Amino acid sequence: MSNAAHSVESVGLAHHFESYEQQKQSSFLGMWLFLAQEAMFFGGLFATYLYYRAQYPGAFLLGSRQLQVPVGAFNTAILLLSSFTMVVAVWGAQHGRRKTTFLGLAMTILFGVAFLGVKVYEYSLKWEHQLVPGLNFHWHGAGAGDHLEIFFSLYFGMTGMHALHMIVGIVIMLLMLRPAWRGKWTPENHNFVEGFGLYWHFVDIVWIFLFPFLYLIGLST
Amino acid sequence: MAEPRQHSLLPYALVLGALLLLTALTVGAAYVHFGHPWSDLVALVIALTKATLVVLFFMHVKGSTTAVKITAAGSVLWLAILFAFLMADILTRHTLVPGWGS
Repeated sequence: MSNAAHSVESVGLAHHFESYEQQKQSSFLGMWLFLAQEAMFFGGLFATYLYYRAQYPGAFLLGSRQLQVPVGAFNTAILLLSSFTMVVAVWGAQHGRRKTTFLGLAMTILFGVAFLGVKVYEYSLKWEHQLVPGLNFHWHGAGAGDHLEIFFSLYFGMTGMHALHMIVGIVIMLLMLRPAWRGKWTPENHNFVEGFGLYWHFVDIVWIFLFPFLYLIGLST
Repeated sequence: MAEPRQHSLLPYALVLGALLLLTALTVGAAYVHFGHPWSDLVALVIALTKATLVVLFFMHVKGSTTAVKITAAGSVLWLAILFAFLMADILTRHTLVPGWGS
């Protein structure tokens, strides 16, 4: 009797953990340590931005004016919505509601793809306007456009790295759809869903800082 | 130490609403003329507020273990060190000690 109960209880509990609670806390701490390193990685990119913006403030204001504020704001809203649907998926897993988890993941994938679609549209406009450093760059606007390539290198580097993180996230979520539908994650063990949620929210936070500092500088000058 | 089970989705929806409002606010504030360092500081404060909301509620740091809280705070501390020393360099680069340089 107690043996049977024990074997049912330990579904999804790895042998090197004593309890679900210990397994869960180890999993989250590991994820947070990974995100701390990710924060330093993006921090390096933001530090580069800060240094060059201090060197060439004019080029950054001029470059920022080449980006469309409504498009960037729309994409910010899409990404915030995707964070909300992600948290709904995690909530579904915590409560053992497999359809909620599945729908939450599916909606997060849709919003993520929508965000990347808008990004492709923006990149194609930059190509059209010859604002892609190294591949297709020629300044047609007023003013000298000196050092503008530095701004656009950072624009593509930072938003590109962010987009790469989103692509990785979307691929992982696509792989999560089937187990989610089959009810793999239970209230006792859904660490994978919640840990992945942490990653997705982190990517959202990176964009929260990218949006104002790429799209919104120099609008009042 | 167990993470508190959130029984309703309403708090998450409220956080989403706040995040969308703050996005509108940061766009609006960008058109207001605050002058040189202030516009950036306003944008930074709004972005930090949004990030804090995401970390506390969506990432469940509110109600998580001390180890997770320390790690989350640690990432902020490490970033602060990175930016503080970079700013110290940028802001003082043109200041010459009398008798040194021209």
